[in-house]
Amino acid sequence: MLASQPGFGHGILLLSSVADTFPVEWLLIHSTRESMYAPAQFANPQMPAPFGDYAMGPAYDEMFRANGRPRTHYRNLYTQLLNLPSEELYRFKKEADLSFFNQGITFTVYGRAEGTEQIFPHDLLPRIVTSSEWATIERGLTQRITALNLFLKDVYHDRRIVKDRVIPGEIIYTCKHFRRQMQGVRVPRDVYVSVAGTDLIRMPDGRFVVLEDNLRVPSGVSYMLTSRKVMKQIFPALFRKCGVRPIEQYSQELLSTLRSLAPEGRSTIVLLTPGTYNSAYFEHAFLARQMGIELVEGRDLVVHDNTVYMRTTSGLQRVDVIYRRVDDDFVDPLAFRADSTLGVAGLFNAYRAGNVVLANALGSGVADDKAIYSYVPKIIRYYLDEDPIVDNVETFLMTDRAQRDEVCGNLDKYVVKAVGESGGYGMLIGPHSSREQQAEFREKILADPRNYIAQPTITLSAAPCFMNGRIEPRHVDLRPYVLFGEKVTIVPGGLTRVALRKGSLVVNSSQGGGSKDTWVLEN
Amino acid sequence: MLSRVADSLYWMSRYFERANHCARVLEANHNLMLNPSKLSTEERWHRITESLGIAPAAGGIDPHNAMVKLTSDAGYESSIAFCIAESRENAGQVREQISSEMWEGLNSLYHKVTKASANLETDTDPMRLVAAVREGSYQLHGITDATMNHGEGWQFIQLGKYMERSCALPVLLDAYFSRVREADTLDWVGLLASCAAFESYCKVYTAELKPDSMAEFLLLNPEFPYSVRYAVERMGAVIAAISQTSFTKAGGRIERIAGRLRASLAYAQIAEIMIGGVHRYLDDVIKQCNSLHAAVHMVYIDYPIQSALEA
Repeated sequence: MLASQPGFGHGILLLSSVADTFPVEWLLIHSTRESMYAPAQFANPQMPAPFGDYAMGPAYDEMFRANGRPRTHYRNLYTQLLNLPSEELYRFKKEADLSFFNQGITFTVYGRAEGTEQIFPHDLLPRIVTSSEWATIERGLTQRITALNLFLKDVYHDRRIVKDRVIPGEIIYTCKHFRRQMQGVRVPRDVYVSVAGTDLIRMPDGRFVVLEDNLRVPSGVSYMLTSRKVMKQIFPALFRKCGVRPIEQYSQELLSTLRSLAPEGRSTIVLLTPGTYNSAYFEHAFLARQMGIELVEGRDLVVHDNTVYMRTTSGLQRVDVIYRRVDDDFVDPLAFRADSTLGVAGLFNAYRAGNVVLANALGSGVADDKAIYSYVPKIIRYYLDEDPIVDNVETFLMTDRAQRDEVCGNLDKYVVKAVGESGGYGMLIGPHSSREQQAEFREKILADPRNYIAQPTITLSAAPCFMNGRIEPRHVDLRPYVLFGEKVTIVPGGLTRVALRKGSLVVNSSQGGGSKDTWVLEN
Repeated sequence: MLSRVADSLYWMSRYFERANHCARVLEANHNLMLNPSKLSTEERWHRITESLGIAPAAGGIDPHNAMVKLTSDAGYESSIAFCIAESRENAGQVREQISSEMWEGLNSLYHKVTKASANLETDTDPMRLVAAVREGSYQLHGITDATMNHGEGWQFIQLGKYMERSCALPVLLDAYFSRVREADTLDWVGLLASCAAFESYCKVYTAELKPDSMAEFLLLNPEFPYSVRYAVERMGAVIAAISQTSFTKAGGRIERIAGRLRASLAYAQIAEIMIGGVHRYLDDVIKQCNSLHAAVHMVYIDYPIQSALEA
């Protein structure tokens, strides 16, 4: 008989769907007012040809002022679009899609044996941010990540913030992502969150506010990088004219951030992925390749004597820093979920012993809990003694009786979210919900108030998109990627996510959501 | 290189070679079975399964069903469909390590096989699948050599290919040479065709099909890619290259096993082999290949952690 392959860890991970799926969050785009009132109420008949169908709603428009004239920083794009026949744009669109396909920037639609791959939907028109807007974002996010890291250190050490009665202790301890195992564990440089992907939205008055902090394993940065590459092929002249700040240095910045966490003189860094079945696997492979580090799975690592090694054909090689794209729960079956096949047995002990660094640190999810989120302005004031530069969306805690009564009495006006959930689960969009759904949520909230928060429905800003030969506004958000190592680095740009379907509520890639390149201008 | 990656590359290549070997054997025999013979259909099928190293099926054999099972039954681990699927599965695990052309080539072959397996209606359908695999295999070998960096990963791919060949060829030869007297000329043509060897053999020995010459050619010829010696020589070279890049001390042990195997083929005389018994000789080659495989696995892939820490 011929030899056959022994089970070297095949037949893996149905579990992978819970770890680091892309996009991590289903961002809600609240276009409720638009759908309640007639659309196109501000439609401007004077708009020239390609914009003939451009219907301005109550949302802040990224490109146009209320009078239908383009904002100054969009003028170059505007002129270019006026002079481009729509057949040209079609051709560009096709070129871009082909380029994405050839680069393998696809996500897999899971089905039977046939894995069909689709490209991640991409809109051709860039979203443009001025340098002064960006400066505010940059300062705001730097301030925020600094405060959140101080908060995390405090949570897992002295808990001064609880003793000083700024945050009630029970809100922290009842967090789904609070890890009591982290109590007293020192992490290098006291950096808990070294990679964050903060979701920003723009209010009708033009201000950016933070909708969500993603502090665990935020993904999407590979789309930001590859989309820029494609855009440069398509709009070289526009790039030259506009003065767009570069983002290509992200991989190097990420690498030096990870390196800054490594102990003196040792710097074997690896990227830990849940494996090929994970929907963000493309990104893991992409980043590992860009940084020139090994892409490992849990089964490639072994822990001996509280030291982590990877198995190579040249023997065991010591690992110093793990950029992990596996959720807390799954990194070590001995310390967390015992049924995890994605992790490494003994990793947590090695981590506690200080022999390996994990980025982000375990337990960092406390700080992006949706209830803790409502305290972030207080957290910033408490640790930094500064006012928040970028605000939060107003958030109601269901643990507070007055706030709960207000929300439960008017569920048709609010968006209710489960605090520890992501992926759009456990969510009620008030204005779009039925009486039955509202009643069901009222019961859920009353049964477990800690598990829910509510936010008013907000109309996100809209940006022009090339939709089937016409240019139409679609709602967008913005996810810049924040790196925290020796210093805070935010590459100027991010992932602009678009609800490509008109009136659609989600920007998830499987739900008709897509992305756009984000241009931050030089001046 | 990560051990898991090396392992996946090795098995990707082994399963792929296994599918090709099966395709060649089936194609050659299918043509022959259309001729009348003094052997019954069952006896001939018995030899096919034997030459593929498969345990004979209990009870009667229906030729069409047997062909369908060996080509397209994805649940049957000796079938072409199964081997191609396993090969692709392994490739998918290490997609960023192989060239995109390789992935595309293997992936499209897989889809071709899957699609063909689902629509087997006429007698000719399985053979079309078999032909697609044979052609696809030569293409993929070319693509692999032309598009991939010939580093450690490529070496593991070569190792898998030649290991599989070194294991499968002796099994095939044994099925024929253990019953030399039963075979007629057309059977020998079948054997040569199973190794894609007919033309090459004729160039060396003319079309005179003498068992000793064929045994010598398929076992000991240093230049023919589907001879045992050629496969073993290549395997030895690959093992030396891997051992050089990986700096593992234990690599020397593998080189010794490989060297012994090489020597036993390089210095063998066909007359001696025939006198001593082909079966015994082939059996010994298979045993040595198996211990080589085990040693590679033990040194590069699944080594005990303790010994690796001491090294």
